[in-house]
Order: sequence, then structure tokens, then C-alpha cells
Amino acid sequence: MVNYIWLGMIVFSILVAGADGRIEVITRAALEGANNAVKTSLNLIAIIAFWLGIMRLAEAAGLVRALARLVRPLTRLLFPGVPKEHPALGAVIMNLSANILGLGNAATPMGLIAMQELQKLNRGDPKTATDAMCTFLALNTSCLTLIPSTIIGIRLMHNSADPAAIVGTTIFATACGMSVAILVDRVMRFIYHLRGR
Amino acid sequence: MYEIIAEISRWAIPLTLLLVPLAAVLRGVPVFEAFVEGAGEGFATAIKTIPYLVAMLVAISVFRASGAMELMVQTLSPALNLIGFPAEVLPHAIMRPLSGGAALGIATDLIATHGPDSFIGQLVSTMQGSTDTTFYVLTLYFGSVGISRYRYAIISGLAADLTTLAASVFIVQKVFGAGG
Repeated sequence: MVNYIWLGMIVFSILVAGADGRIEVITRAALEGANNAVKTSLNLIAIIAFWLGIMRLAEAAGLVRALARLVRPLTRLLFPGVPKEHPALGAVIMNLSANILGLGNAATPMGLIAMQELQKLNRGDPKTATDAMCTFLALNTSCLTLIPSTIIGIRLMHNSADPAAIVGTTIFATACGMSVAILVDRVMRFIYHLRGR
Repeated sequence: MYEIIAEISRWAIPLTLLLVPLAAVLRGVPVFEAFVEGAGEGFATAIKTIPYLVAMLVAISVFRASGAMELMVQTLSPALNLIGFPAEVLPHAIMRPLSGGAALGIATDLIATHGPDSFIGQLVSTMQGSTDTTFYVLTLYFGSVGISRYRYAIISGLAADLTTLAASVFIVQKVFGAGG
């Protein structure tokens, strides 16, 4: 599916730009995109190295396992395929907590650690996502931020009478999205297993 | 409530940084060595995401610059206006799953133009805060472990995004009213 979306975006864009007589923007935009990607990855080196260091300590101290044990009732429902008390579950919970608290810088490295742990459990093709990874990403991409601080800051800057007024509506909308993400994940997992994929 | 959560957010990382090494020392872990060993994998993990991000960000960048996004907005907006969805917010809705920075730019612009307390201002603020950059997150997370076949992950991610969008319109209308 990602193949078609990717190809579709590129083909459609080139056709539109060509028909519009501004085909030259494509080359620049493509290089700009590539440049941004490399910059983003390089910027990640520092925070990933830092959090991997901390996580190694947390693991050695047994904290990740303890956390995984603490949230077992929840993770047993969401990640039936992951062995209980596996470090992956600790990392998943830390990623979601960082998301909820709006700590984007910590959330990404925790998420990547969770993916590495989940990949260790991948018994199939190492290039294909596992059920647990799909569930984790469904949770992660729809996850609740209790305080959307960036947008509150922007509202404050533009003299909003009540900058934090949108916290309630944001939580409502996120809760709806998250419920659907979990539901669709379950249904799709079932369908894919029926088809043996 | 708001203050309490903000306070927790402020303390979360400093406390982690204090308590994790302390707990490790108590378990007899050589903390400095263990930290360095873990951090050593940071470089490889970050570098591994480059090709995946390049592929995705090139497509997104071309999509925006070519005017394809603009065309999509123009085509979709009459239909969306019928169901009470303001066309002004559509570029944000399309951009949100693709690029966090671009979506934030659009949101800032809308808030500046229409005012933060207008219906559009409240709606775009809610939309910005309630969903993540689905495509970017999928590309980055899967890329870091070398996975290129996402199976149904995009479907659940986009289903959640669409739900969040509909829920945002619904709740902002209910709470702040469609006028203003």
C-alpha cells in the first residue's frame, strides 16, 4: 500500500506541475525534501544516543521490566503476541507516556527502542511489520497529548481570550481517534491473518 | 488540572535523569560504562532512518511544491463545505499526517488570519493538537529497524486521522458553536 501512495504522490505531482507549465519546481522540491530528510536524521543522533544510554541503565537496573509488569493488564490485551514482562512493553509504555506529557524529544528515541525490541521478536520476514508493531504505531500516531503546548503558545501569541480552551476538545478528538485506531488495528489484524499475510 | 500536568511535564525528564542512574548504581551496574555502551548504538539507529525519510520527504515535498496539494484542496472543498467543514481548514487536514512543521505553519497562519477564538481558530487548534504526523512516524519508526512492508499500519493510522478530523469538527461545533 505504501508503494502505491508513494508512487501516486510523485506521479500526480509531476503531472500537475507539467500541466501547469512549472515543471522546474519538481527538481528543487525533490532535492529539498531529501536534504530535509538527512538533516532530520542527523538531528536525531544526539537525542537517540542520549536516551539509548539512559535506557540501557534503566534496563540494567530492572526498571523497564518493572514498568512492563506494572502495566501488564493493559498490554496483555493490546499486545497478545509479546511475552509478558518483555522490555519491548516497557519501552512502548515509556514512549506513550512521553507522548502524553508532550515530551516529543524523549518520545521518539523511546519509540525507536520499542521498535528495536519488537523487531527482536519478529519471527517472520525482517522487512515485514509484525502485528505488535502495527498495534504500537496505531497507538503512537493517534496518541493523546494532554497539553498541546505548541498550539497553546501560538494562541497566546495571537491574544486568545482563553488559550487553553482547546484542551478539552483536543482530548475528546484524540480519544475518538485512538479508539478507532485500536479497533481498526484489531479488525485489520484479523483480516490479514485470515488471508495468511 | 492544567497546571498539575504542566508541572509533571517539566519534572519528568530531570527526575528520570536522576532516578534511573541512581537505581542502576544500587543494582551494582557500572553506570558510566553502561550508558556509553547504550549511547553507542545511537549513531547507527539514526543513520539507518535516512533512506526511508529521504524517500518519504521527497514525495511530500514534491506534492506540496507542484501545486498538487492545492488542486486536491480545490477539488474536495465544495463537497466538504456541504457537511459543515470549512474549506479554509482543508490544507491543514491534508498536511497534518504528512508534515508536522508544514501543518503547524498552516495552523499558525489560520490563527493569525481568523483569530484564535474564531470557529476556524478553535478548530485548527484542536486538529493540530489531536493527531500526529502519521506518515512521518511510520516512515521513521519502521525505517529504524529496516522494515519496508507496513502491512495495514497505514490503514489504521489514516482511519484514526479521519476520525480525529470528524470528531474535531463535531466537538468544536458543539463547544464553541459554528458561528464566530
